[in-house]
Amino acid sequence: MAAPAGDWTTGTIIELDHPTERLVRLRFHVEDRVDHLPGQHYVVRLRAPDDYTAQRSYSIASDPDDPLLELMVECLPDGEVSGFLHDVAEVGDTLELRGPIGGWFVWEGDVPAVCVAGGSGVVPVVAMTRYARRLGLQDKLKVVVVARTWEDLPYAAELQRYGAFIALTRENLGGRVAAPPYPDELRDLVAGAERGYICGSVGFASYATRLLEDAGLASDTIRVEQFGETG
Amino acid sequence: MPITRGFLGKRRGPERADRLPPGQYDTGSSWPTLTAEATPNLDVEKWTMSVDGLVETPRTWSWRELHALPGSTYFGDIHCVTTWSKFDVTFAGVSVDTLLEAAGPLPEAAYVMAHSTTGYTTNLPLADLTGGKAWVVWDYDGKPLPRGHGGPVRLLVPHLYFWKSAKWVTRLELMDRDRPGFWEQNGYHDRGDPWLEQRYQGDP
Repeated sequence: MAAPAGDWTTGTIIELDHPTERLVRLRFHVEDRVDHLPGQHYVVRLRAPDDYTAQRSYSIASDPDDPLLELMVECLPDGEVSGFLHDVAEVGDTLELRGPIGGWFVWEGDVPAVCVAGGSGVVPVVAMTRYARRLGLQDKLKVVVVARTWEDLPYAAELQRYGAFIALTRENLGGRVAAPPYPDELRDLVAGAERGYICGSVGFASYATRLLEDAGLASDTIRVEQFGETG
Repeated sequence: MPITRGFLGKRRGPERADRLPPGQYDTGSSWPTLTAEATPNLDVEKWTMSVDGLVETPRTWSWRELHALPGSTYFGDIHCVTTWSKFDVTFAGVSVDTLLEAAGPLPEAAYVMAHSTTGYTTNLPLADLTGGKAWVVWDYDGKPLPRGHGGPVRLLVPHLYFWKSAKWVTRLELMDRDRPGFWEQNGYHDRGDPWLEQRYQGDP
C-alpha cells in the first residue's frame, strides 16, 4: 500500500515552546491536511521577500489523530532553517509545509517492532508510541532511546512513561550507570520483533545497526532514518 | 506562497548561484550520508556487476574485470534531495556507456532498474545513463570510496538527485517500461532532475 503523500500547503503556528535550550516544539494547524502515518515527515520551506527559499525535512511527532501537526526541531549551529524556527518564528506565523512524505520509515501497528533512537532521532518514534498507546498496541512496539543526558533527550518523561528503555551515556539514571546500551540489555526487547527501526545521526545509525544485530535482530529487517549535517 | 515573516536567508552565495539548483544549499566540505538500510560489508571477491534485461548479450564483470576496462572520471557537483549540494567532487571508475556497449541495448530498451546488493532499487530513463552522464565508481577524491557512501562500489548519476546513484550497485536491468524503484514506490520522483525540482511523485 502506498503511504499517504501531501502537496505544498501552509500551516499556522498555534503553539510554540522551547522544552530545552536547543529544542523548539512547533504545533501547526495545517490547511487541507492529509493524515500521516507514524514515522513520516514534513518539509518546512521559508521564503524571503525576493523569493529565495530554504527548506528542510522534519519528522512528525504527533499522532495522526492529533488535530494539530507537531514538529520538534533541534537547533543546529548556523542552521538556516532550524535557527529561524528557534529564534524568529512566533505563534501566528504561517509557513509553507509539504507532507506527509516517506513510505519506508513508517509503522502502522501491523508488525511487532523494536525502535532504537538517538538524540533528536526520537521524534518519529514518539509519533509511533503515541499511535501505539491510542490503539493499545504497546506490546507490539518496544522502544530504546539513547542520549547523553536527560536534558538532551526530547520527550524524555513521555518516553519513560511509555516504558521505553532509556540509556543515558553521560549521567546515571535510576540504578543504571551512564553507558551506551549493551546488547544484553536489549535481548528481551528484541525478542519477538520482526522489524527494527533506527533513527539518529549518521554515527548513531551505524552503531545502532550493530547493536540490534548483536542483540539478535536480522539485519534485513532493519529500517534506518538518519540525518546528517543539514541545518 | 506567502513570504515568511522575518526570514531573509543567510546561506546564499551569489558566486555559485548558477550551480545551485532551486531549494538546495552548499554543504561545503561535509558530505552527509543517507541510507535506508543497514550498511553491508561487501566482499569485492564475490561481488559482480551485470548488465541484463533487454540487451543482445547479458554481461557480468568481476571486480578485477571491471577495473581492467577503460577508466573514466567525473569532476563536478552532486545534489541530494534532502537539499544539500556538494561542489567539485571527483569520482573515478568506469563509464556506464562502456558497460552498455558491451551488452548492446535492444531498440525497445527505454528504462533501467539499478539493483544493489542490499535489495535497494532505483529506476532511471536509459537516456540518463548514456552519453557520458553516468558511471560505476569505486574511487572518491583519489581514495577508495568509503563504505558509508556506497563503498566499495556505487552507481553515479550526478545530474539527477543522488538517490538515483545507487550505493553497492550490482546490476543494471534494461526494461521497455518504467517501473518504480525503492524510494520511487515510497513517494519520490521517477526521474529526479534537481534543476526541475523533481523531488516527489507529482512534481513536474
